[in-house]
Amino acid sequence: MPNNPTPLAEEKPVAEHASAEKVHAALTRSSTGNEDLRELEAGLDSLQSDAARKHRIDWSRILLPVAALVVLVLVWQFYVSLGVKRRDLVPGPLDVLGQIGVLWGEGKLQEAVWTSLQRGIVGFLISVAIATPVGLLLAQVAPLRRAFGPLISGLQVLPSVAWVPAAIIWFGLTDATVYFVVFMGAIPSIINGLISGVDQIPPQYRRVGTVLGANRLQMALQIVLPAALPGYLGGLKQGWAFSWRSLMAAEIIAVGGTIGFGLGSLLDQGRVLSDMTVVMAAILLILAVGILIELLVFAPIEKRLLRSRGLLAGSTR
Amino acid sequence: MPVVLENLGKRFGDGAPVLDDVNATIGAGEFVALLGASGCGKSTLLNIMAGLEVPTSGALEVPSDGAAFMFQDAALFPWLTARENIELALKLRGVGKSQRRVKADELLDLVHLGEAGDKRPHELSGGMRQRVALARSLAQDRQLLLMDEPFAALDAITRDLLHDELERIWKETGRTIVFVTHNVREAVRLGQRVLLLSSRPGRVVQEWAVSEEHRTDAGLAGQLTGVITARLREEIRRHAK
Repeated sequence: MPNNPTPLAEEKPVAEHASAEKVHAALTRSSTGNEDLRELEAGLDSLQSDAARKHRIDWSRILLPVAALVVLVLVWQFYVSLGVKRRDLVPGPLDVLGQIGVLWGEGKLQEAVWTSLQRGIVGFLISVAIATPVGLLLAQVAPLRRAFGPLISGLQVLPSVAWVPAAIIWFGLTDATVYFVVFMGAIPSIINGLISGVDQIPPQYRRVGTVLGANRLQMALQIVLPAALPGYLGGLKQGWAFSWRSLMAAEIIAVGGTIGFGLGSLLDQGRVLSDMTVVMAAILLILAVGILIELLVFAPIEKRLLRSRGLLAGSTR
Repeated sequence: MPVVLENLGKRFGDGAPVLDDVNATIGAGEFVALLGASGCGKSTLLNIMAGLEVPTSGALEVPSDGAAFMFQDAALFPWLTARENIELALKLRGVGKSQRRVKADELLDLVHLGEAGDKRPHELSGGMRQRVALARSLAQDRQLLLMDEPFAALDAITRDLLHDELERIWKETGRTIVFVTHNVREAVRLGQRVLLLSSRPGRVVQEWAVSEEHRTDAGLAGQLTGVITARLREEIRRHAK
């Protein structure tokens, strides 16, 4: 800079001094005592905090899905009334509803839903009890993770139906076959959910844990597990979906023996009797159970979990 | 002397040393501001003092019970309320269940957050979160408190208030505080002593004492800020080539 021969360094202290007096508050004490400070902070806190928002029942959350369902049923009825296909091949909504009523009257529907639901829930809970410690162990111990990680991911890709023939040979037509298939479907996906939940924990949390003096077990139970809870819950949801699907597959394929009468068995019975209304009724019931479990169990838990962590703002849920 | 650093050096892998021949002593109850430009290894030095990292050479003496640590972001656990965050620190320290609640409320009151104990971190403002984090680090009950740019991400109004707040709490609790910052004004505002760390490698190149007069006389404080800034810039200019 030829036009400005004055060295910059000499100007600096003067400039700093001048600006320093303007920022008086930043350089010296700016409050007059504890009470003054308390009041200032209280004022600032209330300015900077959002007012608590009230939660109202959002009717669109209920009305929109119901409207979507009605539209789908109307489209179905319209298609059937066009008469493109024979009525016994593509029954209308009213035929299926009538069949559901008949099945209810015979008590078959209740038996099938109850048998399947009971198995699904028991199988899922046992899977959770097995998968949680295994997943935590794999996520926390690097050599174990490296050794078994690819296998667990692979098992998740392998359709659990593939185990049905093996299970029938090993366990025969018993409940053990059904449970085995459910485990092979649910356990890997819960483990994977937990591991990916642990992977997404901000590294800062572990550092805080170390600084606060947590030992290995305390770190796993007090910090890693709660921090990984959103991912873990995602794994549980997927685990339930996999147990339910695997269960249906097992029930459709393995019929007879001491295996009871579940929704899959009902579906297979409809196929054997060439009764499309039974088949459709069974499919809709399997779907309905899945939707109800999601709506009544997982959605409320997930919503509470996310809201308490401030993660729901701006989502479309 | 709670903290003695002797010829401390640190390098990561085969890279250039981050810290080289750092020497410093910090007395009990002292408030030391550790000042330096970005990338001078301030945080690394703090991590070494906290036992989160090991030095590659030299020796250090820190209190045997370790140090409390406060991070730049509050790093509160989002699944716990403000009070539970503090209670967790007490629990991991081994405080009995019956005492935790009382102790946590005392600490919340100390940082003027008596009313906000049941709020979750996401419901608190940045300044409030940082005060909860301060209360949590006090819950660790260590003589030595290490602070890594704890107010860097806050707005200016909040930061000014928290400076007063921290000074008050330091006087009330008699902690030894090492406060890392890249803000010269903040260093002069808070520290009894300001240590300037050079960059690449980090080394203590100069130190200044800040007297009680500097706390009340803005002109005097401004002058010292100017002197330290000039020295800091000289240090930065060395890296221009």
